[in-house]
Amino acid sequence: MFVARSIAADHKDLIHDVSFDFHGRRMATCSSDQSVKVRAEPGSKRDLARPATHSGSVWRVTWAHPEFGQVLASCSFDRTAAVWEEIVGESNDKLRGQSHWVKRTTLVDSRTSVTDVKFAPKHMGLMLATCSADGIVRIYEAPDVMNLSQWSLQHEISCKLSCSCISWNPSSSRAHAPMIAVGSDDSSPNAMAKVQIFEYNENTRKYAKAETLLTVTDPVHDIAFAPNLGRSFHILAIATKDVRIFTLKPVRKELTSSGGPTKFEIHIVAQFDNHNSQVWRVSWNITGTVLASSGDDGCVRLWKANYMDNWKCTGILKGNGSPVNGSSQQGNSNPSVGSNIPSLQNSLNGSSAGR
Amino acid sequence: MAGGFFTPSVTSWIPGVNSQKKQMCFDWGPGEMLVCETSFNKKEKSEMVAGCPFIHIIRKDIDVYSKILRKLFNESHGIFVGLQRIEEELTGKSRKAQLVRVSKNYRSVIRACMEEMHQFAVADKDSAIGRQFSSQVSILSAVELIWNLCEILFIEVAPAGPLLLYLLDWVRLHVCEVDSLSADVLGSENPSKHESFWNLVTTLVLQGRLDEARQMLSKEADSNPTSAGMCRVLGDLMRTMPILSPGNTQTLTELELRWQHWHEECERHLQDGTFASNPHLESLCKVLLGDDAALLEHKELLSNWYHFLVTRLLYSQPTVKPMDLHLYAQSSLDLFLGGESSPEPLDNILMAAFEFDIHQVIKECSIALSNWWFVAHLTDLLDHCKLLQSHNLYFGSNMREFLLLEYASGLFAHHSLWQLGVDYCDHCPELGRVSLELHIERIPLTTEQKALKVLRVCEQRQMTEQVRSICKVLAMKAVRNNRLGSALSWSIRAKDAAFATLVSDRFLRDYCERGCFSDLDLIDNLGPAMMLSDRLTFLGKYREFHRLYGEKCFVDAASLLLSLMTSQIAPRSFWMTLLTDALPLLEQKQVIFSAEQTYELLRCLEDLTSGRPLCGEPDAQQLQDDDIETTKVEILRLALARNLARSIIKEGSLEGS
Repeated sequence: MFVARSIAADHKDLIHDVSFDFHGRRMATCSSDQSVKVRAEPGSKRDLARPATHSGSVWRVTWAHPEFGQVLASCSFDRTAAVWEEIVGESNDKLRGQSHWVKRTTLVDSRTSVTDVKFAPKHMGLMLATCSADGIVRIYEAPDVMNLSQWSLQHEISCKLSCSCISWNPSSSRAHAPMIAVGSDDSSPNAMAKVQIFEYNENTRKYAKAETLLTVTDPVHDIAFAPNLGRSFHILAIATKDVRIFTLKPVRKELTSSGGPTKFEIHIVAQFDNHNSQVWRVSWNITGTVLASSGDDGCVRLWKANYMDNWKCTGILKGNGSPVNGSSQQGNSNPSVGSNIPSLQNSLNGSSAGR
Repeated sequence: MAGGFFTPSVTSWIPGVNSQKKQMCFDWGPGEMLVCETSFNKKEKSEMVAGCPFIHIIRKDIDVYSKILRKLFNESHGIFVGLQRIEEELTGKSRKAQLVRVSKNYRSVIRACMEEMHQFAVADKDSAIGRQFSSQVSILSAVELIWNLCEILFIEVAPAGPLLLYLLDWVRLHVCEVDSLSADVLGSENPSKHESFWNLVTTLVLQGRLDEARQMLSKEADSNPTSAGMCRVLGDLMRTMPILSPGNTQTLTELELRWQHWHEECERHLQDGTFASNPHLESLCKVLLGDDAALLEHKELLSNWYHFLVTRLLYSQPTVKPMDLHLYAQSSLDLFLGGESSPEPLDNILMAAFEFDIHQVIKECSIALSNWWFVAHLTDLLDHCKLLQSHNLYFGSNMREFLLLEYASGLFAHHSLWQLGVDYCDHCPELGRVSLELHIERIPLTTEQKALKVLRVCEQRQMTEQVRSICKVLAMKAVRNNRLGSALSWSIRAKDAAFATLVSDRFLRDYCERGCFSDLDLIDNLGPAMMLSDRLTFLGKYREFHRLYGEKCFVDAASLLLSLMTSQIAPRSFWMTLLTDALPLLEQKQVIFSAEQTYELLRCLEDLTSGRPLCGEPDAQQLQDDDIETTKVEILRLALARNLARSIIKEGSLEGS
């Protein structure tokens, strides 16, 4: 059973993305009103920081790891991606103790709308990747973590197809080289390989294509590597005309040509069409045990593998258009949602309770 | 057994979102989920519509936030940890006794929680909250019912004979209107004329409480002489029913034989029509004979099929074997429901228990309950009883760990219960550690105290990467908020040399701007941590220089100052400041720097001034700065020259005399 509380979002137009920070205390939203806003719990100290702006609809927003401070990245229809940093007012300043967000850098290399931006896993330093409708994935790095206005373009990966989404492999194991998956929503008939996986090669110091998921031929809208719970293989979720979950098992090095990218054994472990429509977003929880997907049917569905390794839907979030219960106060969690599963309490309506 | 949970899954409704027309974007947090209405198709065009005014935060494990349940979580945590530490060497009877004790402990914790909730429910009867408490009480009652049955069947492993006695206790514990009814009836003026008298007597018989039933019958005998004779006969039958008592040494066969005789005697009375004139008494006799139809006439009093089952067994199969239970259970369920209704989740769970299908019990409970508390602890206990075959997950764990970690995940979302979660992870040898690593970094460090607690947990488990990361996050936050002392101590704890250097630089910059140090306490007491980075060492030593100067230990201060430059610990950018610091020492009445030291200082100064690059077109500010620099250098040269002269003379004359 779920309980919801609602916070005013304060955007003037459609919201495209929401993002929780690492600790789940602050929320970033971005919108067609060209702004990015940061919210904290109402009543807590740093709420409603002044918004940050692009000059076009902002598609995605994402937080960097707090090891790098309070840093956000956003990408927009205005062909740029931007990095924002929160500045706390100086103590001898009128804005003492208050914070506001400053745009530290604008990444202008793309010639088309930038469709996704994601920070790399923290062990790689302060690095992010963007992908654009022009089919290029760009990887930037900030060599000096204390100076966020300096970012250098380290890699440009040509995907040959209009890109819609990227996902870094979060695994920080020394056994895996950095890996990034790219999805494409290109609808031209020649475009076959909608999901490509690139791997960093220590020797060439470049990203090279490691795999293409040949079985995914429909436009891909979102892609997500699962956090690694000590597995030797990777799990990748894909949002396309349905929800698909793949495992990628690295093939032993002796069997591949040395120096080349890792070869993987690819298996599909689940495929769900319950949304009965296009699936637009997929995302894993922090332990990689539950996958959430959002589709054209207006629902968010939760998928979980049980202890027998069967994947099933364990929850659905839906909106019925009912009004929100006013503004939320901290601590006021009156259940405004219900459930329709016959619960144990119903079974006991015949017998006595208590002592 | 088929794998997997089955549908239906839970549907939850998000207010303010219209799923007919729009979709939802979302993001996971450590304990909650963020959801917002959006529209995925209309990407290029901006609608300039007011759009969605709200973002929603969805929380799943709401039980974690209940104050009363918190006590349940805390106390059961203690029992859990104690269970993990039970001596492995204990085998056989003593181990079983210990496991039964643990099971009873868990159950008493559940009952205590139920009691407390019951108080709240009663006090607040008419409000929504009161109703919520009421339903929680029901759920806990069901949980205790199931656990109790599992204890009897799986942990106590009651054999035929004692099995029935345990089941009788079980039923009596959970169908308890008897006591209040009894009080009502006995408290009235004429108990046997009370409208509920016969209900009471029947209920007592149904529960096998025959002594009490006989007492009731004697009251009836007293007030109604015509039935006195029948009451006496029935009372005798009740008194002479053979039962297995705990201390009894008779064998099961002997019991069965005696019971058969007794059963036949009851049958004879029924055939002879001994009780024919009193339908109540005749019905009771049929109950004693285990007549299904007669029992089912009292459906209301039985109130559920498992009570029906136990009563049936009491009066027809008192020596029932555990492995035969499920047959009687299934027929009892079918007869009781009579095709009018279908089994509910609780019924399925109990049935699975009677079938000794432990996995099915766990699976059904997992589906029916919203909190993992129950299945996690029960499964763990059953695992200790060596009752679970381990099912390997694709990442090599087992059902017990799966459930415990599911439960622990919910705890980590809570601001204080997270500490319990740590222990659960500790006792999952396969996946506990990596699970803990993922969760512990996400705990919001709202206070210093909490941060220290979290770090202690990591340090105790040699989770060095997590220690480093958490300290780095705290150090970064401190730097951004200009709390340099805090930033420095976190960098030191993280053993992060690079960041320590960065913070030390800030300290030094601060000093240059303001002429004094902040956080002196910290810098003065760095100890061996000073060695973490050169810059930090310099900071510590530089502060030491100032201390020595303040204590007027000028010679020591002077030596230290010089060594900071000659050992290259001081960054070049700071040399001018150091040389300027030397000025007061150079201008003291007594000679402090020796001749050799003065030569060294001169060399440093030359080093510094010759290495100055000329950069492009100097602007007005730069020219002014240059001017100041030039003046400083001249003053220094003068002072050094003077000191050189004085020191040569001083040393010369000492040698001379």
